[in-house]
Amino acid sequence: MTQFTTFIKKEFYHVLRDRKTLLILFGMPVVQILIFGFALTNEVKNSKIVIADEAKDEVSTAIIRKIEASRYFEIEKAVANRQQIETVFKEGKVKVALLFPANFSKDLLHQNKAQVQILADATDPNHATALTNYLSSILQDYQSELNENQAIPYRIVPETRMLYNPQLKGAHNFVPGVMALVLMLVCVMMTAISIVKEKETGTMEVLLVSPFKPVLVILSKAIPYLILSLVNVGSILLLSVFVLDLPINGSLPLLLAESTLFIITCLTLGIFISIKTASQQTAMLISLMGMLLPTMLFSGFMFPIENMPIPLQVISNIIPAKWYYLIVKDIMIKGLGFEAIWKETLILVGITLFLFAISLKSFKIRLA
Amino acid sequence: MENHKNGRGEEVSIRADKLTKQYGDFIAANAISFEVYKGEIFGFLGANGAGKTTAMRMLCGLSTPSSGSATIAGFDVYKETEEIKKNIGYMSQKFSLYEDLTILENIRFYGGIYGLSRGELREKSAALIARLGLQGEANKLVASLPLGWKQKLAFSVAVLHQPRIVFLDEPTGGVDPVTRRQFWDLIYQAADQGVTIFVTTHYMDEAEYCNRISIMVDGSIAALDTPHRLKQQFGVASMDEVFYQLAREAKRADG
Amino acid sequence: MRTVLFLLQKEFRQIFRNKSILAIIMVMPVVQLIIMPLAADYEVKNINLAVVDHDHSSYSRQLISKITASGYFRLADYSATFKEAMKFIESDHADVVLEIPHGFEKKLIREDEQQLFIAVNAINGTKANLGGAYLGQIIRAYNQDIRLELVQPGRINPIPVIEITSSNWFNPLMNYKFFMVPGILAILVTMVGGFLTSLNIVREKEIGTIEQINVTPIRKHHFILGKLIPFWILGNVVFTVGLLVSWLVYGIVPVGNPGVLYSFIAVYLLAIMGFGLLVSTFCETQQQAMFIMFFFMMVFILMGGLFTPIESMPDWARAIAAFNPVSYLINVMRLVILKGSGFREILPHLGIIAGFAVVLNSWAILNYKKTT
Repeated sequence: MTQFTTFIKKEFYHVLRDRKTLLILFGMPVVQILIFGFALTNEVKNSKIVIADEAKDEVSTAIIRKIEASRYFEIEKAVANRQQIETVFKEGKVKVALLFPANFSKDLLHQNKAQVQILADATDPNHATALTNYLSSILQDYQSELNENQAIPYRIVPETRMLYNPQLKGAHNFVPGVMALVLMLVCVMMTAISIVKEKETGTMEVLLVSPFKPVLVILSKAIPYLILSLVNVGSILLLSVFVLDLPINGSLPLLLAESTLFIITCLTLGIFISIKTASQQTAMLISLMGMLLPTMLFSGFMFPIENMPIPLQVISNIIPAKWYYLIVKDIMIKGLGFEAIWKETLILVGITLFLFAISLKSFKIRLA
Repeated sequence: MENHKNGRGEEVSIRADKLTKQYGDFIAANAISFEVYKGEIFGFLGANGAGKTTAMRMLCGLSTPSSGSATIAGFDVYKETEEIKKNIGYMSQKFSLYEDLTILENIRFYGGIYGLSRGELREKSAALIARLGLQGEANKLVASLPLGWKQKLAFSVAVLHQPRIVFLDEPTGGVDPVTRRQFWDLIYQAADQGVTIFVTTHYMDEAEYCNRISIMVDGSIAALDTPHRLKQQFGVASMDEVFYQLAREAKRADG
Repeated sequence: MRTVLFLLQKEFRQIFRNKSILAIIMVMPVVQLIIMPLAADYEVKNINLAVVDHDHSSYSRQLISKITASGYFRLADYSATFKEAMKFIESDHADVVLEIPHGFEKKLIREDEQQLFIAVNAINGTKANLGGAYLGQIIRAYNQDIRLELVQPGRINPIPVIEITSSNWFNPLMNYKFFMVPGILAILVTMVGGFLTSLNIVREKEIGTIEQINVTPIRKHHFILGKLIPFWILGNVVFTVGLLVSWLVYGIVPVGNPGVLYSFIAVYLLAIMGFGLLVSTFCETQQQAMFIMFFFMMVFILMGGLFTPIESMPDWARAIAAFNPVSYLINVMRLVILKGSGFREILPHLGIIAGFAVVLNSWAILNYKKTT
C-alpha cells in the first residue's frame, strides 16, 4: 500500500508542477459557467430596430413611443423605405424593422383595420422568431389599450406555467452539460496524455519492470485525476448554487456518487486510448476529435438530439456523457431520486465495464 | 596535430573575460576567462551541472551573459550576436535535425538558411554525402538512420557553411566507440581546414584528443592547459585521474 | 527573402509528410460541415405534447387537432390526470402539458371566458419560450375561429384591429442550416489557423530543432514568415474546401462577392495565426499549447455569436466579444454569404481585424526570443 501511495504522490507532483495546465484545468469550468450562465442567451433586450414610418400620424407615433419605452428594443434610426431597410440589414447591426404604411391611423380608426409589417433578418431563425414575437406583443398591447372598454366574448385564456425554470434562464440546461464536458476533458484527455507521455519518454518501462503490479501502475495514474475531477465537480456545483442561484433540488450524495461513476467511465476511456496509442499527438487528436467533439455534439446540452437525423440519434446512445447529462439534469434540476435514473446508471456502468474489460485485455496483450 | 599554439600572437577565435551567468542566487558560470586560437580543438570538461552548457550557450549567442565580456571571431556577445551566428556552427546535445525530412533535404535546408548559393548547395551536399558514405540513403528520412550516423550528419551540417568556429555540445553521447572514432576524424578534418573547434564532453579519452582542455568545477574554470601538461601538473598518468582529483572537490550535486 | 523560401520548402515538406495533419485539413472540414449543421439544429419543432383532456368535448378535440396539425407539436400521450402527465415530463417524454379542464366547452359558451392550463418544461429556456409562444399563437387563432363561429352579428361593435404581417428576409424558409454553416466555416478556418500554427512551433521547441535554428543568422521575422505562410495557404485551402462542401451539401452559394470573403479571410488568418504564434511563445510543451489554445478557442467560439446573438449578451460579455476575432469572422461570413453585404459594409470589421493582425504579430515577434 505504501508503494501505491508513493506512485500516487509522484503523479500528483507531475500534475501540480505544470502550473499553466493546472490553471486551465481549474479555470476552464469557472469560465465556462460564467459564459454559459451570463453570456449565452437568446433573450431579447436592447435589440436594435429601424422603423420606416410612411404614415407619420398619431397612431404610428404612439406605437413608436411604446417601442421606444420597452426594454426590448432600441430604435436605431428612422428610415424612409424598404430599400433602406435592406441596406441597414446588410451592415449587420439591426435585425428587425417595422413598416407603417401611409394612412395608417385613418385605416385603423375608420375601417377598423390597418396593416403593419414586421421585417426580420432571419439569418438567425430563432432570434428572428423571438424578435417578431416581442414586437407583435407590443402591437397587441397597444391594440387592447385601444379597445379597453370593449368586452371581447368567448375568450380562451391560456395560463402557462414554466416548470423547473420559471425565469427561462439558460443555466438549467447547461450546468449539467458543463459538468459532463469538463469531466470528459480532465479525465479522458489528461489521463490519456499523461500515460502516453510516460510511454514516449520511456519511463513507463521503468515502472513496468518494477515489482509493482502493472495494473496498479495504471490505476495510480488515474487517481490524481479522479481527485482533480471531484474538485472540479465541487467548484461547478458551488458556482451554480451561489453565483447562478441554481439550487440542487435532489440528493447531493446521489449526485456525487453518479459523478464519481461518470469520472470512472471517463478515466477508463482515457486509459483505453493511452493503451492503444503511441504518441502524445495522436492521443490528443483522438481525445479531442473522437471524444470531446462527440460529447459536445451528442450529449444533448448544446445541440438538441431530438432534431438530429435518426443515425446521429442512434450514435448519441453510445456517448457516456449523454447519460450522465440526463442523470444530472434529473437529480439536480428536477429533484428526482434514484428510481428515475436507474436505467441511465445501469447503462453507464455497462459502458464502464465494457471499456475496462477491453482495456485490460489489450494491456495484457501489450505486456505479453 | 597535438602541438598546440601557445598564444604567440596567433589569431584568437574566442576570447572570454570574466564571463558570468547568474540565475537568481545561482551562479551557473562564474567569471570564466580563456582564449581559444584559430584551428585549435578546445575541450571543455566538467561534471554534469558544472556549467559547461551554460558557458557554451553564452558563447553561441543563445543566452545573454549576466556580466563579463566575450568576443567570438572578433564579435561582441552582447551586441553582435547576429554577426556571431554567421560565423559559427553549433551542434546541440539534443539531436537537432528534422527527423521528418530526408538527409538531403536537411542539408539543403540548413545550407539554405545560412545563405549558400544554389550551386554551392548542390556541390557541397553531394560532397558531404559522399564523405559520409551515405549515397544510398540520401533520400531517406533522417528518422530512419542509426544514432551514430545521425550525429555525424549533424556535425557535417553544422560545418557546411564553413564557419570559423564550431561549437559541439557533448556530440558523442550514446554512441559506440568505433563511431566515436569516426566522429573525431571528422573533427580533425575540420580543424585541419582552420576551423576552431569548441567541444564539451565527459569522455576522458576524448579529452586526450584535444589540443587544450579546460575543466570546469562548480561554474569556474579549475584547470586549463594541454592534456600532457595537466597530467604532469597533477602527477598522474591519465586524464581520468586529473578529472577525478578536481571533480571530487565539487560541492554542487550532480545534475 | 531567399531564406524564407528555404523555410517554406521545409515546412511544406513536413506538412505533406505528416498524415495526421493532412487528414485534419482534408477530412475535418468535410466531416464537421456535414455533421455539425445536422446536429446543431435549434429549430424548435417536434415539441412533445402530453394532453390531459378532462372535457372530452368536440371543442377540446378540435383544439388538440389544431395543435398537432401545426407541425410544431407531436402528441406524446393522452393522460388521465395532470400528475400522470407530469411523469412524462420527468422522463423527458413530453415537453409540454396541456390540461383542458372539465366543462371547457360549456363554460366557454356560457360565461364567455374559460381557462386552459399549460405547463412547459423550461429547463431548456429557448425551447420553452418558443414552444410556449407557438402554443399561444395556435390557441389565439383557434379562439378567433370560435368567436367567428359563435358571435351573432350585431351583438358587439366592430373593434379596430391591427393586422400584423411579418416576413423573414435572407432566410425566408427559416432554415437553421443557413445560419449554422457559415458560422462553422468560420470555426474551421480559425482552428486550422490557430491550432496548427501554435502546435507547430511548440513542437520545434520540444524536439530541440528551434535551438539549432536560433544559432543560425536567420532573422526573426523571416522565421516567423516561414511559419505563417504555409498555414496561411492551408487556411485558404480549408476555407475553399468548406465553401465547396457547403455548396454541394447544403446548396449554399454566397449571395455576396466571394472576392470580399477571400480578402477578409486573408487578413483574418494573419490575425488568428498571430494569436497562435503568441501562444506558442509562451508554451514549452505541446500539451500546454494544446490546452491553452483549447481554452481560448472555446471562449472565442462560445462568445463569438455562433449559437446566440452577441447583442443579447450583458455588457461585460459584449466588451469581451469586441476583442474576439472569431466574432468578427462569424459576423462577416453571415453578412456576405447570406445577405450579400459588400466591401463597404464589412469595411469596419476588416479594419478591426487588420488591427488585431498587426498587434498580435508584433507582440509575438517581440516575444519570440532567440536568446534567453
